[in-house]
Amino acid sequence: MSNPYAKLPGWAEYGLIPLINLVVAFLVAGLVVLLVGENPLNAAYHMINGAFGRGEYIGFTLYYATTFIFTGLSVAVAFHAGLFNIGSEGQAYIGGIGVALACLWLDKTMPWFVVFPLAIIGSAFFGAMWAFLPGWLQAKRGSHVVITTIMFNFIASSLMVYLLTKVLKPLGQMAPQTRTFEAGGQLPKLDWLMSIFGLNLGNSPFNVSFLLALLAAFGVWVLIWRTKLGYEMRTMGHSPSAARYAGIGEARMTIIVMMISGGLAGMMALNPIMGEQYRMQLDFVQGAGFVGIAVALMGRSHPAGIIPAAVLFGMLYQGGAEISFEMPAISRDMIVIIQGLVILFAGALENMFRPAIGRAFASIGRRSAVAAQTRGA
Amino acid sequence: MSDIAIELRGIDKSFGLVHANKNINLTVRKGTIHGIIGENGAGKSTLMSILYGFYQADKGDIVIDGKTVTIKDPNAAIASGIGMVHQHFMLVENFTVLENVMLGAEDSQILNTSISKARVELKRLEKEYALEVNPDALIEQLPVGLQQRVEILKALYRKADILILDEPTGVLTPPEADHLFRILGQLKDQGKTIIFITHKLREIMAITDEVSVMRRGEMVATRKTKETSVEELAELMVGRRVLLRVEKGAANPGEVKLAVENLTVRDSRGVTMVDNVSFNLRAGEIVGIAGVAGNGQSELLEAISGIRKAVGGKVLLNGQPIDVTAHVDPRDLRDRGLAHVPEDRHHVGLVLKFEEAENGILGYHHDKRYLKGVFLNTKAIQADAEEKIKKYDIRPPNPRLKTANFSGGNQQKIVLAREMERGPDVLIIGQPTRGVDVGAIEFIHKRIIEMRDQGKAVLLVSVELDEIRALSDRIIVMFAGRVVGERDPDATEGELGLLMAGVEGRKEAAE
Amino acid sequence: MDFFHTIIAILESTIRVSVPLIFAALAGLFTERAGVFDIGLEGKMLGAAFAAGAVAAVTGNVMMGLLAAVLISVLLSLVHGYASITQRGSQIVSGVAINFIVAGSTVILGEAWFRQGGRTPALSGDARFQTVTLPFADAVRDVPFLGPIYSELLSGHFILTYVAFALVPFSWWVLYRTRFGLRLRAVGENPSAVDTAGISVIWLRYRAVICCGILCGFAGAYLSLAMSAGFVKGMTAGKGYIALAALIFAKWRPVNIMLACLLFGFLDAFAIRLQGNPLPLIGQVPVQLMQALPYILTVILLAGFIGKAIPPKAGGIPYVKER
Repeated sequence: MSNPYAKLPGWAEYGLIPLINLVVAFLVAGLVVLLVGENPLNAAYHMINGAFGRGEYIGFTLYYATTFIFTGLSVAVAFHAGLFNIGSEGQAYIGGIGVALACLWLDKTMPWFVVFPLAIIGSAFFGAMWAFLPGWLQAKRGSHVVITTIMFNFIASSLMVYLLTKVLKPLGQMAPQTRTFEAGGQLPKLDWLMSIFGLNLGNSPFNVSFLLALLAAFGVWVLIWRTKLGYEMRTMGHSPSAARYAGIGEARMTIIVMMISGGLAGMMALNPIMGEQYRMQLDFVQGAGFVGIAVALMGRSHPAGIIPAAVLFGMLYQGGAEISFEMPAISRDMIVIIQGLVILFAGALENMFRPAIGRAFASIGRRSAVAAQTRGA
Repeated sequence: MSDIAIELRGIDKSFGLVHANKNINLTVRKGTIHGIIGENGAGKSTLMSILYGFYQADKGDIVIDGKTVTIKDPNAAIASGIGMVHQHFMLVENFTVLENVMLGAEDSQILNTSISKARVELKRLEKEYALEVNPDALIEQLPVGLQQRVEILKALYRKADILILDEPTGVLTPPEADHLFRILGQLKDQGKTIIFITHKLREIMAITDEVSVMRRGEMVATRKTKETSVEELAELMVGRRVLLRVEKGAANPGEVKLAVENLTVRDSRGVTMVDNVSFNLRAGEIVGIAGVAGNGQSELLEAISGIRKAVGGKVLLNGQPIDVTAHVDPRDLRDRGLAHVPEDRHHVGLVLKFEEAENGILGYHHDKRYLKGVFLNTKAIQADAEEKIKKYDIRPPNPRLKTANFSGGNQQKIVLAREMERGPDVLIIGQPTRGVDVGAIEFIHKRIIEMRDQGKAVLLVSVELDEIRALSDRIIVMFAGRVVGERDPDATEGELGLLMAGVEGRKEAAE
Repeated sequence: MDFFHTIIAILESTIRVSVPLIFAALAGLFTERAGVFDIGLEGKMLGAAFAAGAVAAVTGNVMMGLLAAVLISVLLSLVHGYASITQRGSQIVSGVAINFIVAGSTVILGEAWFRQGGRTPALSGDARFQTVTLPFADAVRDVPFLGPIYSELLSGHFILTYVAFALVPFSWWVLYRTRFGLRLRAVGENPSAVDTAGISVIWLRYRAVICCGILCGFAGAYLSLAMSAGFVKGMTAGKGYIALAALIFAKWRPVNIMLACLLFGFLDAFAIRLQGNPLPLIGQVPVQLMQALPYILTVILLAGFIGKAIPPKAGGIPYVKER
């Protein structure tokens, strides 16, 4: 009685419905393109061409996707435990400190494969610590993570401005950023991977942190569905009262889950800092934490969904840059609109099309049942 | 003007595959108290929800005062003179009594005038029906009985002629319930019509003029209360002779497994729910805790099983103390041989979105059997589930199926299998057969007896007195958070009933 | 005396920066008190600011600008309402979505229509709100102490400023002294009680959301038609979130909201005034700390270290009719 929606087969639930939501989001975005007097089909062509037309473009697409896999996983892990972490943005930003410290310390003396593991630990640690506070505040003081993580995003932003202008900036330099790292602070690109497919990476910053992202995605899958901790997280996410009954400490779990989520967000910082710019700049996160919300919602919080969703957003970011080159009326802000629309249709309005699809399936089911009967008779 | 207040003709209502009301006909006379009785899930609440405009009937007519009416929402019901006192009160807790009474019946956009009018009207109603309550008190500060009074006032304020009360005594203490009955009597004398929904036969006999019995969505009979008996109604309700008798031999009590001493528990509002309770539970016996719902049984179970913190007292499990006033880890209790079948399997005992096998390890997921290091041993979990499915005849026999898709009885078997197969020393069971079909009830009762015969100590809480009497070797009666008496299972229903109503208990406690 | 004038100047700019916060926080008050959480205040304000700037620039009429701001903001509110009331989606997710949609569209549309790098054309004359000089402001200017307070601090603001402050008692009156307010507060605490009393939960919440839209419209219009002479991309710059923080900091009460907004506004004005100058007794205070202070204070309040902020009980939960 309490389930108003018909049960759908798995492929419809996890494939068809997200696809429909996505298509609707793009249709609405197409309307915006029409509104500014451009042809949406042209825009779509430029976008796809811009994202996949050349090896270099693909490299950029996957570079962005790397970032979004991390933030998408960050949001998804929290979702599984019933927590909404809007703070991936700030956690990724603070995570950058860990990367920068590792690089500034060792880049001149150590090769990248020594610095990289330390940077991973540093980024995850700083990201986790920035998420620890909201987690702790919810667990022990009852303040809701949604609100505190929003506040922490702003606090992180102020803190980083302070650090980059007052502490981490080398003397005599104007721009608020760290010095440029030497070879030890620069991640190798994945040209060998691309060349397997006969593609040339060109100038794109597609680097080894992509492999780390894939590893993280697999790790998250194992964590959620194959470990005791994941079992406890899911129990809490589905039913806090059952978790209490089972002796799963809500406070402890909230803190742990927020720290895992923050750690994943923090690792995002590796990609732009060590993989592209070789220094930490102001605002290097550029909203990737929020894209993570869209990616997690699109990917249904499952790593197997998050990776394609992240690639999709990578495509939007890279292809969007190309559109703005070809069609000046459409700047990269178009992506922000699409991102918002995806969050709206795949998240807040996820149930809008479900009744209609459910009815369609029910009627197909009836018809085939009738057909089976007639055959039987 | 006829003397019929409400007539329902051929009301039919389905929710998906569930046929909640089947062709219901009902006639309620003016100025009477009309009882509607039936088991949980018989369709009483659905029928009343249709009458109050919460649902639309698929078929059938509602006739009020000789006129066929359409009740499309609660507004229409109110306009037709119907008022409803819901089982869960529909009150805004941080509003005053006056604001709650007014809400939705304010007669102007600006509150001031409405407030003064409402205050006058409330005073009048208070006098007329002896329903005293401070109009400026906040609801959250009122005891439950008074909150219910506010609900009645709300209906009267809206000039209701027909008052529906849905299981009104479930949350009341016996004196509060008595008071409610007196109020209902007065309302009847003033010409109001009252529809009284309950599953308690005693209440039906005490205050109704006529009674209709529902069973599995159908209206099976209507009787004049004077011309019927508890036995007849019970039979109509259940559809067969209720002879709840479970085959069992004599108990063979051994050493004390669980000792509860002076346990005191308060709820989140600070109200004392368990008050200085002491008892012992021995190996090889079943102790039943009888009592009207809400007299502290739930909190007692929660405190013993480590879900809720106690404020005072001691609990000894196998002779070793449990620090019930500090944080207790339910996991630790499980390790020490305590198993707990919770009252609410939907929200506590199971995660409905989990697969059956996943629920099979809930609370025992630390067990090395189900783990390989920090990882889940899915094969072992699956095999374990299949074994229990076979042993407990859980249907459909599919450990990968989502738990929400099992019937109530099978869900309960999933919980029982998990808790019983551990071979605990002490088994605590709350409401073992609530919402469970008849076939499964027999099976569950047999298993509980088997546990006892294997020398386990079983603590049983149920609001079904019949169940308590059929299974228990000793019966403890709780009233208002206190243990008011202990009886043998062959104590008469009347004797236990009086204890549960707090009548005998007070004397006993005073002695 | 110099010190006195500095104080007056800081307070004057406190009022100036507090106004959009007050509008937006009161907007949030109406919807959150009705049980619909809204982290999309930022987006609505931004959308409204853009609509106001664009329409005022095209029509040359400030009132048309204000009207457009309100319309757009209400429209966005209705999207939020549709998602969270009718479709029972997540209110947080819907708010996040609206913030992004607006952030992107204002730039795209602004660039497409005006081609000034995301700005709308600079407004002047009738296209912009003018400041109001209160009666006798010039006459009493030289009266010691009270004179400057009246003529410099209280006089010479935009009409919308006075509207904002008048809205504080008005909102209180609506919420606590009208039937609509009683029902609105009830639906945020226990929607079932409202439903069984024969009032439509859905329509009531939609009305609350519309109120929110109207007020966010004023907030946005103030930004682009009064405080600045036109729309600049991203001009809300987190004010919607500060307003949200103020709403929580004020424990969802109208008069507290005004005080919280003034406090946060004061921190902002003070930080600008300081510009890195050391404070007496305390010494150098980083500007960034001052900017983060509203958020830090809100976190501390939420953590229950100074009082306890208890949100409306039914907030954030879509209403599903049960039995």
